[in-house]
Amino acid sequence: MSPAKTASNTEDYLRMYRQMVRIRTFEDNANQLYLSAKMPGLTHMYSGEEAVAVGICEALKITDKITSTHRGHGHCVAKGAAFKEMFCELLGKEEGYCRGKGGSMHIADQSNGNLGANAIVGGSMGIATGSAFTAKLLGKDDVTVCFFGDGATAQGLMYEVMNMAALWKLPVIYACENNGYSEYTRTDEIAAGSITARAEAFGIEAHQVDGQDVLAVNELTEQLVARARKGEGPFFMELMTYRYHGHHVGDINREYYRSKEEEKDWKENRDPIIKFRGWLVEQGIATEDEIEALNDAVRKDAEEAVTYALEARYPDESEVDMHVFTDVKHALA
Amino acid sequence: MREITLSQAVNEALAEEMRRDETVFIIGEDVAEAGTPFKVLSGLVEEFGTSRVVDTPIAEPGFMGLAVGAAMTGTRPVVDLMFGDFIYLIMDQLCNQAAKTHYMSGGKMSAPLVLRTNLGATRRSAAQHSQSLHALVAHIPGLKVAMPSSAYEAKGLMKTAIRDDNPVVIFEDKLMYNDKAPVPEEEYLIPFGEANILREGADITLIGTSSMVQVCEAAAEILAKEGISAEVIDPRTIVPLDEDTLINSAKKTSRVIVVDEGHQSYGVTGEIAGRINEKAFYHLDAPVLRMGAMDVPVPFTPALEDLTVPTPEAVVEKARKLMSGEMIHAA
Repeated sequence: MSPAKTASNTEDYLRMYRQMVRIRTFEDNANQLYLSAKMPGLTHMYSGEEAVAVGICEALKITDKITSTHRGHGHCVAKGAAFKEMFCELLGKEEGYCRGKGGSMHIADQSNGNLGANAIVGGSMGIATGSAFTAKLLGKDDVTVCFFGDGATAQGLMYEVMNMAALWKLPVIYACENNGYSEYTRTDEIAAGSITARAEAFGIEAHQVDGQDVLAVNELTEQLVARARKGEGPFFMELMTYRYHGHHVGDINREYYRSKEEEKDWKENRDPIIKFRGWLVEQGIATEDEIEALNDAVRKDAEEAVTYALEARYPDESEVDMHVFTDVKHALA
Repeated sequence: MREITLSQAVNEALAEEMRRDETVFIIGEDVAEAGTPFKVLSGLVEEFGTSRVVDTPIAEPGFMGLAVGAAMTGTRPVVDLMFGDFIYLIMDQLCNQAAKTHYMSGGKMSAPLVLRTNLGATRRSAAQHSQSLHALVAHIPGLKVAMPSSAYEAKGLMKTAIRDDNPVVIFEDKLMYNDKAPVPEEEYLIPFGEANILREGADITLIGTSSMVQVCEAAAEILAKEGISAEVIDPRTIVPLDEDTLINSAKKTSRVIVVDEGHQSYGVTGEIAGRINEKAFYHLDAPVLRMGAMDVPVPFTPALEDLTVPTPEAVVEKARKLMSGEMIHAA
């Protein structure tokens, strides 16, 4: 681990650890809901990539914005969302963040600056850039982080908006979560050349960082966010990480595109939570017992939220034509 | 009353709204010093500066996507799409993102933006600069669609669009930019979803959108000389659609022709005809006729292009047939 902060930042470290555990725990529960056929549809697991979302979001203020992806639960948790509203959304319940109308792939939490997940790969790159445009136009010092995967680097929209962000020095950070796979295809089969060089071609300062090291991610993000606030943006980060599950929860037999040995290696030797936990204990920031207690508390929170969400109400049928337009209560009335 | 062009009317609407609300900005290709190829925006950058009249690279999906994000976070972008034909390039950002933001978030977020673009053939611009594609976006729940038919309409509808909290697409007819009409000096807005009855009549209803309103009015003049009294209605916005006014007119006259410059098949004319059939069926003396643009790509040569859009003469011919009972069983 990179020795980013001093041991006096105990609370920060423990919050980062807790947020990573919350993401992993959320995903484990979501996966179980899918496997037990209690969740409608499919979902895309963030497990394995926790240090990316947490390292970045811990460097942001509540007023800073993010845009997220189809693999978005991690971003949502890291930006401050609550389990209860998240599980309700995944289960299509009225109390979900989007009243059950968005689901896993559109979960959003604007109260914490999360402008939403997006089911179009690369679809939120314009939105993130526009959010940064707002900050500049209105003279606010908000920074926007655009999360996207390596697969989205193949979309043309990315190059169009990076060009504009660079021309206009917008306070946006493009955060490429390179988990090595573009859906069911190895990234090196779909991405020619270097990913960071693509940003550099627009004059955007680009960094590659170990996405399994939460302190390294956080340290870099802190620096870039501070500079973006001063008008030195945009920036680009490529975060080298790994997706433990398949493309989605139903992608179980995946040996045709990646080996079990490879998965085992990442899980055992490069797990962001295990690594950070070891560092916390080694630095004397927390004891094993304290860590276990923290893990248990998160597990209990998640279980309670799942139980709550399973029993929560679905939206009334009358909601089907609500929220089509802002100024019409029922669009089809 | 003074008369100004449609182009000046749009320019005034934008200037007034930008003075009123500092979160309104214009973004698109060649919108600043160039003032667009049609010169609709001339003078705005001088007043509002390049931070609010923003020239972009030629990257329609990029600046459309940027506008969606800007709208979601507290501004009111007016996106300038140089030709309506380019709407295909921005469909994901418009239809998958902007149109669904409010619904997908359960009403918590919205994207209050205006997409200004155009329609209309017979400018000898061939198949990729002449299409009238408003039906494509009218099909998508969450988007409002306005179709001004004169300078007066263009100004009032634009001001309403900018103040609307939903994504609104405005299609101006590019052949009408220099057409003058009386426009008051005083501020006014035209509400969405309220059709305008331009001419009252008893025998037949002509419903027209955008420049087809002029076509309907010209047809009504000719028909009047033949003793046929035509009612002419401009829906102004096709989403929301003032169905009541259209249905009531159909009930009154019992014969209807719907004229629109989009391709006829699966288009606005069919939608309006369908609604009239459903709600005024027992009042009708003849099938509701659809007159759209021909279902062909717009040809370049004037010899062919002029055949593809409805004309007053063609409307008159259909109206005569409806009146004589010739078309009760066939269109």
